[in-house]
Amino acid sequence: MAEETLKRTPLYDEHEKAGARLVPFAGWEMPVQYEGVKAEHEAVRNHAGLFDVSHMGEVVFRGPDAERAVQRLVTRDVGRLETGQAGYAAVCYENGGTVDDVLVYKTPDDFLVVVNAANREKDVAHFREHTEDLDVEVVDESDDWALLALQGPQAVSILGNFTDADLAGLKYYRYVVGEVDGFYAVISRTGYTGEDGFELYVRPDGAAPLWRRLVEAGATPAGLGARDTLRLEAGMCLYGNELDAETTPLEAGIGFAVHLDKEQEFVGQEALRREKEEGLRKKLVGFKVEGRGIARHDHPVAVGGETVGTVTSGTQSPTLGEAIGLALVSPGVQDSFDVVIRDRPVEARAVPLPFYKRKKK
Amino acid sequence: MSVPGDLQYTKSHEWVRVEGDVATVGITDHAQDELGDVVFVEMPEQGATLAAGDSFGAVESVKAVSDLYAPVGGEVVEVNGALEDSPEKINEDPYGEGWILKLRTSDEADLLSAADYEKLLEEES
Repeated sequence: MAEETLKRTPLYDEHEKAGARLVPFAGWEMPVQYEGVKAEHEAVRNHAGLFDVSHMGEVVFRGPDAERAVQRLVTRDVGRLETGQAGYAAVCYENGGTVDDVLVYKTPDDFLVVVNAANREKDVAHFREHTEDLDVEVVDESDDWALLALQGPQAVSILGNFTDADLAGLKYYRYVVGEVDGFYAVISRTGYTGEDGFELYVRPDGAAPLWRRLVEAGATPAGLGARDTLRLEAGMCLYGNELDAETTPLEAGIGFAVHLDKEQEFVGQEALRREKEEGLRKKLVGFKVEGRGIARHDHPVAVGGETVGTVTSGTQSPTLGEAIGLALVSPGVQDSFDVVIRDRPVEARAVPLPFYKRKKK
Repeated sequence: MSVPGDLQYTKSHEWVRVEGDVATVGITDHAQDELGDVVFVEMPEQGATLAAGDSFGAVESVKAVSDLYAPVGGEVVEVNGALEDSPEKINEDPYGEGWILKLRTSDEADLLSAADYEKLLEEES
């Protein structure tokens, strides 16, 4: 990996100018922080933060069988999506393990599936392999799109300066196609922070001018570090942490995105049905560390000295000021267990998810 | 990055101030900058005995964990309890209020001078 040339988003120069710390992430050179993770985290919770997430992949399903293809590939019943609507879903292997978690957009003629950067090639191969018999074109349009995420309570007022689109009337998980500061944009009321906000899909040449305008208007550049603490507080899964080929979406607690009753069979449906009937092999729990220490990804979870699971994500929550985490544990594990931090068992307590929920207006 | 000339350093980015047989240890300005906002410091118990190179704890930022290594061998005579409530002192004042522990040294240490440490930082960047 080290020798491989890292890809750069159209916003690379903006990050450099802003003094970002750039790190390799999923084959990309991405900003992990600018001023500092805590300050950026707080900016998103209290005002507005701006993220470059152009590394995400955009895969379009085009053709007469587009809907059949997407139905076959994802756990959500995308037949229920209206044009202008997006839905969160998992992509599974036949055995129920997770290929990726994705956002599916229903467009007038096609479906757009937004995938994790690290999984892009694997996903496209999986998509094509399972739809060979259908009249559908699976087009990887990732290089044609930049993606900016404007997140926080002031996202509406900031973005409103630059677009005629009816932002106030745009519901969560809906999108409109329009212009932002004169640039063609898909304006999607979605995000990965637990705050109100938008994800803006723009052409690569529009990314940098738009970035500068949004920053001038008061958005704080925020990096992948803050993105991770924000999504963790919001109890959202990260592929590679909570979700992977060995973990089903039911186990990872995203059963709300799995429509086991949908008419058209999807890859993995049988395995997930069986798991639901027979009981989960493991379950995702949110926890707070009661003792001193911060649990991290891959730390063991133990009860009475016996390992019963693994921490999938953990951090010091900037909002709560406490060490929080997610763990995949045996189904029988009760609300009290230890997380083993550098060989030291530290008491932890299961708590309901999410850790943080914004106040609805 | 500040590298005070009166301190000695390790390749793992700790600093050491030797006064008589007591060595005060912390992490360097460079180390705290690399880590970002420090949110937790794990320290050994007072009275613990460390050999040079032993991992004695960790400094954690929101995003990363950095192990701490004893620059010299010795007995832990004091730990900076203020860091339990105010770990950010490591960011704000790494060579002062952000000190981590004091060791009563039992052996000669093999440490870098400020000039050598600056050279190391240049090579790493």
